[in-house]
Amino acid sequence: MRHSARIAVGPVQFRIGSDWAGPVAALERLYAAYPQDDMRPADATVRLFAARPWRRWLRPSVHIGGDFIVPGALPLPLSMGLLAAEMGMNLQVALGWRRHLLLHASAVARDGRALIMSGESGSGKSTLAALLGEDDWRLMGDEFTLIDPAGGDAFAFPRAVSLKNEAIAEVAARVDPARLGPLLAGTPKGDIRHLIPRADAVAAMHAPARPALLLFPRFGGAAGIEPMGEGEAFVRLTEASTNYVALGEAGFAALTRMVRETPAFGITYPDSAAGIALVEELWAEAAR
Amino acid sequence: MSAVAAFVDLLAGRRDAATLGPRDWDGLIGVARSEAMLATLAHRLDGAAVPPAVAALFADQRAAAEVAQRQALWEAEMARRALAPVGIEFVLLKGAAYAAADMTCAAGRQIGDLDILVLGADIRRAENALLKAGWEWVKSDPYDDHYYRAHMHELPPMIHSGRDRMIDVHHTILPKTHRITPDALALVSDAVTSGGGFAVLQPTDMAVHCAAHMLADGDLQGGLRNLWDFHLMTRGFAAADPGFWRQLDGRAALHGLQDAVHRAARLSRDLYGAALPGGWDRQDPADIWFRRRLLARDDWGRVTQPLLEQAFYIRSHWLRMPPAMLAKHLWTKWQKQHS
Amino acid sequence: MADRAYRAAPADTLRIEPLGELTAIFDRRSMQTHLVVSPVPEILDAMGADACTPAHVAERLAALFDMESAEEAQPILAERLSELAAMGLVERA
Repeated sequence: MRHSARIAVGPVQFRIGSDWAGPVAALERLYAAYPQDDMRPADATVRLFAARPWRRWLRPSVHIGGDFIVPGALPLPLSMGLLAAEMGMNLQVALGWRRHLLLHASAVARDGRALIMSGESGSGKSTLAALLGEDDWRLMGDEFTLIDPAGGDAFAFPRAVSLKNEAIAEVAARVDPARLGPLLAGTPKGDIRHLIPRADAVAAMHAPARPALLLFPRFGGAAGIEPMGEGEAFVRLTEASTNYVALGEAGFAALTRMVRETPAFGITYPDSAAGIALVEELWAEAAR
Repeated sequence: MSAVAAFVDLLAGRRDAATLGPRDWDGLIGVARSEAMLATLAHRLDGAAVPPAVAALFADQRAAAEVAQRQALWEAEMARRALAPVGIEFVLLKGAAYAAADMTCAAGRQIGDLDILVLGADIRRAENALLKAGWEWVKSDPYDDHYYRAHMHELPPMIHSGRDRMIDVHHTILPKTHRITPDALALVSDAVTSGGGFAVLQPTDMAVHCAAHMLADGDLQGGLRNLWDFHLMTRGFAAADPGFWRQLDGRAALHGLQDAVHRAARLSRDLYGAALPGGWDRQDPADIWFRRRLLARDDWGRVTQPLLEQAFYIRSHWLRMPPAMLAKHLWTKWQKQHS
Repeated sequence: MADRAYRAAPADTLRIEPLGELTAIFDRRSMQTHLVVSPVPEILDAMGADACTPAHVAERLAALFDMESAEEAQPILAERLSELAAMGLVERA
């Protein structure tokens, strides 16, 4: 393809090809500080392409493809090419990765132990992880957490954090502007702005962390904590995994072990400060 | 060298993986993925000298293919549990059959829908028994439904709501409207029992069906994989029975599929290095178009010759339908796509 | 239906893990996970390797759990067995 980039996030080496220079340049800026190994073959391929040659210039719209495609997925305008690239990377991991049990969950770590937060979009799991990652936690990822089926450790997938809507201002107020990507206004997912994880989080991206606490956050309502049984946590995590079925017994073993060894809670919180207070409270107990 | 050429060479064993540079692997893996053959390649190169990242990816692929094959065979088992009580026997086709019979080509092979063959006389009862056991129709488009029932060699696809898996129930191996009418009764009555307990086509019929599916019915999508199946199965059958190629010729003639079977054999020789006996080892100038279509992939896994692809698409329909019907069909499809 | 006999999946094909109030059953043949509640694990256990009608299962459960009336449990067991057959965990014998 005309333009291409190679990016490694956690254990996944991507190769991204594009019909336009823009999305590749934007990606390269976000991932400039990530470790780079040009000789390493790619695990996953993303393609950003025009459906017809003239659509590279005329009302350019970006189709997302690669190893896996979602039939009928709508293209994005070229101004949102960075979002298309990011969606393409997520898609390839969600559908193609088999080495770990893939949880649609954010995670942060402290002292080699992981806090894993799983929830629908809008639950605030991304924002909480981003904010904790600016405190004395290591950001492991805002979207996917990888569980090693053999040992049960959590592995990081610290892609650039995708801040959405209100979270943008909340986080932007606390970080160096150089760590923020361009504002992508009015995307199908609302306003989006990427945050480059801290250098220490990127440097430690291959370090495993033992799952120590599982949270299922829900944004809105009074602050509250609800202990969750092993069975319910198991069901929710199978639903939050994109490759549980494909891993067979290895996935089953990893998840049963995780819900038995890791205390799990549902939490509700009215704002980020309250959410973080709940997290710290539960962590103090779990990490004891 | 192009990635697709390297891919075919590796499968054929003409090239040593250790001679590849680190940057050759991207294209190779891209091509293998777009042909749905990455796990096949992973099996072919098991133990070969490959970069550590590739070895890890290959190990993932082999493990995942093993899980996927068990899931696919379970569909066959559940179909058996649905159909056996009403006395309907079926023959497994394609990927599930290769896996049930533990054939060489099953190693890492992706298996899509479950394909089964039943006697034409049983098809209505099979449909009812499956509907009672939890399968349901995938689509309710009246044109498609009518099209399938009037002209195709299979029921409209059904899906099991609980397991989210599709089943294709065939009563023969080519569409009713195809210029060629294989002997469906012979296919079913001569089927053999595989090691896994399921009925599969006997060797010559299996090779005939593989070639028919690739060359007489399809538009050569997934052609490299089907050809790989054909190559490995004919090689295995011929090793077990020296009379295999002669019997295959006769059986292909019985089904009216000699041209397709001979072409499949020549292509497996040209691409994968198959050794053919006299009488099979010929040249046909038209083969070049098939080779070009099969090898039309770039390093990003994209089809490089869209016009050729389109031509094979139309050809596949041309073979399947009388011209007036083809025109009507393509028109209806086109209108639906553009409305 | 009520006197239909079933056979449970061979014990070595199932991996049964109690998770609090639920039991997760992994079937190695189908690669499927089934989440069930009592008395399903008990039914599978009671069936062992034998072909069992609902009456047989009721008898065995009664012996194990000191049930009041094995008779009354039969229609419920027939229903459970038919559900288990749809999941593939038991098969018509």
